[in-house]
Amino acid sequence: MKKTIEGSFAVAEVVRDCSPDVVACFPITPSTHIAEELDKMYANGEIKSYTAVESEFSAISMIVGASAAGARAFTTTDSQGLALMHEVIFAASGMRLPMVIVNANRSLSAPLSIWNDHQDSVSERDSGWIQLYCKNNQEVVDTVPQAFKISEDTNIPVMVCMDGFYLTHLVEQIDVPQRDMISGYLPPRKALYKLDPENPITMGMYALPATYQGFRIDLHEDVIASAKNIKEEMEAWAKVSGRSYGNGLWEEIGLSDAEVVFIGMGSVMENAELAIEKMRKDGKKAGILRIRCYRPFPSEAVKALAGKKAVVFEKALSMGADAPLYSELCTCAKEAGVDCELSSIIGGLGGKDVTVADIEAMLSEAEAGVVKKVWGD
Amino acid sequence: MLEIRLHGRGGQGAVTAGELLAKTAGKEGKWSQSFPKFGVERRGAPVQSYCRIDSERIRIHQELYEPDLVVVMDASLIGAVDVAAGLKKGGKIIVNTKAEPGSLGLEGDFSVYTVDATSVALDKLGRPIVNTAMLGAFVKVTGAVGLEGLLEEVKEHFGEKLGEKNVEAVKACYEQVKE
Repeated sequence: MKKTIEGSFAVAEVVRDCSPDVVACFPITPSTHIAEELDKMYANGEIKSYTAVESEFSAISMIVGASAAGARAFTTTDSQGLALMHEVIFAASGMRLPMVIVNANRSLSAPLSIWNDHQDSVSERDSGWIQLYCKNNQEVVDTVPQAFKISEDTNIPVMVCMDGFYLTHLVEQIDVPQRDMISGYLPPRKALYKLDPENPITMGMYALPATYQGFRIDLHEDVIASAKNIKEEMEAWAKVSGRSYGNGLWEEIGLSDAEVVFIGMGSVMENAELAIEKMRKDGKKAGILRIRCYRPFPSEAVKALAGKKAVVFEKALSMGADAPLYSELCTCAKEAGVDCELSSIIGGLGGKDVTVADIEAMLSEAEAGVVKKVWGD
Repeated sequence: MLEIRLHGRGGQGAVTAGELLAKTAGKEGKWSQSFPKFGVERRGAPVQSYCRIDSERIRIHQELYEPDLVVVMDASLIGAVDVAAGLKKGGKIIVNTKAEPGSLGLEGDFSVYTVDATSVALDKLGRPIVNTAMLGAFVKVTGAVGLEGLLEEVKEHFGEKLGEKNVEAVKACYEQVKE
């Protein structure tokens, strides 16, 4: 049932109803209300465990241990917290441990900022985690149960990305999936292997040059193959909840007849929906390609761009190189032989507001010719 | 879509006021959003929060630049902050002050209303937290949400004892606001 609730609180509710065995968080800045609310739920006996640990490094370390022991494990963080987890993030995926992080996307220091952009999670793109970016709070609460299911089926950890402030601090009407709906969709975790004193095994062992590369390539190939699970879970969740978001990997709006396309990730894509609706009323054929799944990268999405002009907008950058999403789309288009004109625009860093009017202006610029620029000063 | 901006000082409850409005609208079957202006809040510092109300789902994710309605919870903000910035033609601005609407130096293509919410809050709550009192005036002037719904939401939010006192603050300012 729809209710008026802050995004962060809605996330805590859906996590609770996914019945996690172990939750560990560092609840201090830059944390959100998600951790605070889960702590309260534990105090009220609504979740099995919650530990307020001394840092994000400990938070993910604790859920790595829990997942290794066969538990359903969850943590949440943002920006600097995710950066502090970096070392263990690679260990978690390398050990093939299922777990879910909800990351509230916020900028990285320096300069110090608490506001929204995607530099934190995009910097973790090569870690062997699945990354799903949501456009609104409804999508976040619909994605969390899918994330547990995908992670536990593939033994690949999943990061659900929601925009800090724009979504975490937004009070709005959200239909938070309830426990009965989720329990019909998400069975208890059945661990393929787990740490068990009766049957000891080793995880994260030492790999000599003869075997290390093989492990890493296996993970890489399995992350690519997880695209199938992500699509299937979107279909399965749609049957349960009546809601879906594209094919799970990407979402197309008005793309078939569009002449100019806005491509991006996260909540700015709902502003883009409003922008293209306005442009269509004015007779301009504009469309949207929203990348929902950034890892595995949905390379097939470029096929829909044939013969079109597009703005690739991103709230992240790769210092000293082309912007990450733009570079990847260029490569995919070239490999697929798709002829399209891609413009690259970086913006919204550190919470700089990207408005509906900004998006219309970006599309107009790209329509006139290819641009590569930073939006705003 | 109705867009509302609330100005206050940290500790006066501007963010809670936005949330109470959004929740009341939600109860009335409307779609709404509320969110703080994204900043670091400190007690006493100027703060803003926003609320949007519409008959369909609100998809916009950006700050609010051209409000229909403005609430100013502390008249000392006038001058320090441009409280009428972007206010739409024919808009309304409601200020917490003992002063008359015409004496505030707020001039433009909008109407100004005043109410002495601080006295009401001190009387009803014993503390100068004026958010609920200001919402009483806001509802009377704008009709953006219904009084009944707001009172219900206030009771739910503050619990029985504190809720009752806040309900009285809402009702008092509902009666006392003037143009």
